[in-house]
Amino acid sequence: MERKILLKHLDVPGIRTFGVFRSTGGYRSVEHALKNMTPDEVVEEVKESGLRGRGGAGFPAGMKWSFIDRKSNKPRYLICNADESEPGTFKDRYLMEKIPHLLIEGMICSCYALGANTGYIYVRGEYKYIIGILNEAIREAYDHGFLGKNILGSNYNLDIHVHSGAGAYICGEETALIESLEGKRGNPRIKPPFPAVVGLYGCPTVVNNVETLANIGFIVNHGGSEFARYGMGKSTGTKLISACGNINNPGVYEIELGLSVREFLYDPKYCGGIKNGKELKAVIAGGSSVPILPANLILQTAAGAERLMTYESLAEGGFVSGTMLGSGGFIVYDEDACIVRNTWNLARFYHHESCGQCSPCREGTGWMENVLHRIENGHGRQKDIDLLVSIASKIEGNTICPLGDAAAWPVASAIRHFRHEFEEHVLHPERCGRNEIGKLENVES
Amino acid sequence: MLKVTIDNHTIEVEEGTTILQAARLIGGAVVPPAMCYYSKLKESGGKCRTCLVKVAQGSARDPRPMPKLVASCRTLVADGMVVQNITSPEVLDTRKAIVEFLLINHPLDCPVCDQAGECQLQDLSYDNGREGTRFEEAKRTFKVVDIGDKIQLHMNRCILCYRCVYTANQLTDKRSHGILYRGDVAEISTYIQNDITNDFSGNMIDVCPVGALTDKSFRFKNRVWFLKPMNASRSCSKCSGKVTAWLRGEEIYRVTGRKDQFDEVEEFICNECRFDKKELTDWTIESPRNIQRASVISQNHYLKAKNPSVILPLENRTVSMEDFDKEINNELYS
Ligand SMILES: Cc1cc2nc3c(=O)[nH]c(=O)nc-3n(C[C@H](O)[C@H](O)[C@H](O)COP(=O)(O)O)c2cc1C
Ligand code: SF4
Ligand code: SF4
Ligand code: FES
Repeated sequence: MERKILLKHLDVPGIRTFGVFRSTGGYRSVEHALKNMTPDEVVEEVKESGLRGRGGAGFPAGMKWSFIDRKSNKPRYLICNADESEPGTFKDRYLMEKIPHLLIEGMICSCYALGANTGYIYVRGEYKYIIGILNEAIREAYDHGFLGKNILGSNYNLDIHVHSGAGAYICGEETALIESLEGKRGNPRIKPPFPAVVGLYGCPTVVNNVETLANIGFIVNHGGSEFARYGMGKSTGTKLISACGNINNPGVYEIELGLSVREFLYDPKYCGGIKNGKELKAVIAGGSSVPILPANLILQTAAGAERLMTYESLAEGGFVSGTMLGSGGFIVYDEDACIVRNTWNLARFYHHESCGQCSPCREGTGWMENVLHRIENGHGRQKDIDLLVSIASKIEGNTICPLGDAAAWPVASAIRHFRHEFEEHVLHPERCGRNEIGKLENVES
Repeated sequence: MLKVTIDNHTIEVEEGTTILQAARLIGGAVVPPAMCYYSKLKESGGKCRTCLVKVAQGSARDPRPMPKLVASCRTLVADGMVVQNITSPEVLDTRKAIVEFLLINHPLDCPVCDQAGECQLQDLSYDNGREGTRFEEAKRTFKVVDIGDKIQLHMNRCILCYRCVYTANQLTDKRSHGILYRGDVAEISTYIQNDITNDFSGNMIDVCPVGALTDKSFRFKNRVWFLKPMNASRSCSKCSGKVTAWLRGEEIYRVTGRKDQFDEVEEFICNECRFDKKELTDWTIESPRNIQRASVISQNHYLKAKNPSVILPLENRTVSMEDFDKEINNELYS
């Protein structure tokens, strides 16, 4: 049975507009929270729900909210992270485009819970058309008294502003995002202090992903314990997965956490199997930053258990034989995909996106790209493979923000699981007739 | 007071002290190298990662070790904390890697660099570098630019420590100096090629750990180790007037701030003192300035030590001139 929380009303015509959204029960949670609940009670429900951040790290949302500095008499802020720039991840865009009011509703409840009177949505610069959609939704919410002063006759005031990013992946990192929102260069801050204590304009701030916040309405309406009945174990609720690569049905799917990877990959309701009857070679399960797994390890854990779409199951085996759910960008490679070329492609991305603040990431990402480029183009040597492993291991864990790790993991895992392919490239580069998936035009090689 | 143990030395420090500051209070070989942190500049530090150390015990209350190495310049001491710097092979190994990262794109043009001899990157590589290089690609390059008539920027040599940016922001009122672009093509720049003309801009030269920002009036004039640093002073309406005058014979070749053993200036000085007062008659020469840092300018040669764990504490570091000459002769003529 398929149970949905976020995309339940996706097919209702006009769901993007306030009127239709409201007629499906939209904004009820705001009425309920403002009339019948204290802010702390909302926080408690979110804790109870077990909802984990959907932006990548999977940090429990309720716990993050409880860290906010309540003793400070400074204003508090909620920031919705809609920067979504991770290669392979395009779920937030879908949600905001189709049902923007779900995010606004969730943000109002969340701001109320946090005692914030201002909320920001920081949208990836390339999502220009979504800014229009969000602004329209916000305008409708103001018109109907769900935003602005004295919301629904209460003494609670809230304004939500949409802010456009300018095209840097790093501005999705929460502290770089805050810097950028303040009008500064988008460099990640050195933590601690964490945003919950010193965030936007030096004030207590919570940063949450679009999908995380879109779940809050349901939790307020039905209670945290009802939410926790969706999903499996500590992976509660549903998850939007953006599936792409060599599959029959690329797209965004809402799955209940706990679905098996096999079913997600082969069921016609979801990915529908590998395109053109090819064999599965590898999957990057959670957006480009997480380790790649070969076919056997993505379908089953090293111990032989069925691999499930949960935070825990995907992580089983650690980095030796596991990966991460991450942000839910599910990238599938068929037997014709060249792992070396695709790894180089990812390395090039991280090199391009490093902010350049800290030495291991600034220098190491470019170095890895260069060496991979050399191997891909037939000028590699066996020792280059170990060199890559060494560079990746020295970036990992030694940087200011997780972009360094995100750059190191794809390279390290590709070599861990596909070393033979790298070696083959060194010995017989001319024999590789494989492809780069999703290859763009005009990309120099 | 908080008790902290660094490489088996225990010390009590005030709340709010960082691990690096605590290590500096202990002194000697336990002090982690710091390429970006500068105690006189707010917000500095955290970037270069040369000062990474291992926290083997978080505090007395929560003795768990910290999962990753931490930047000692930005991590506060907790009571009962146990830190490993040169006693941790992991730290030394990581530091070696960081130095390698800092050097891969560095031009290694020390023979034509005015900073040679007082360059923190040279010292760092001497202590923590590897022999040979694993980097075979072309290095990134930038054009040399003048920032005003006093300062020259060799972006190729820059390690993006941000010290000059903080100096420009914090010492001077009109901000026109910052960083453009990102990643390994990020560069120091002035807003629309503005000249830097304010009274304290010269301090950027002193804070720069490498030869990226150099004094144009001293360019190629002399090697720093041939000059004699003297404490000198004058009464100045803009700054304290306390400087180091670098002499050869009767001639002042350059004027800088007075640097301490951690290569930080004691006080920032104004451009008039730095650039315009080059006559002996401008200054009261007080005494020879003892350069305490371990560098070629300290005793005119590097200490012979490869592994930082065997570097002696600072107080034991004096090498007499005779010994020095003997060693040089041995090296040259043996
Ligand atoms: C380089 C980098 C890019 C990131 N990009 C995004 C992003 O586009 N969207 C997002 O929600 N989180 C992103 N994150 C994670 C955020 O820092 C942060 O953890 C997240 O927004 C928190 O929300 P959550 O707890 O609801 O997941 C990124 C992190 C890093 C290090
Ligand atoms: S890890 Fe990379 S992106 Fe993050 S702060 Fe360091 S240089 Fe910038
Ligand atoms: S120019 Fe010098 S001081 Fe400025 S960032 Fe570069 S290395 Fe640091
Ligand atoms: S001195 Fe600490 S990171 Fe640079």
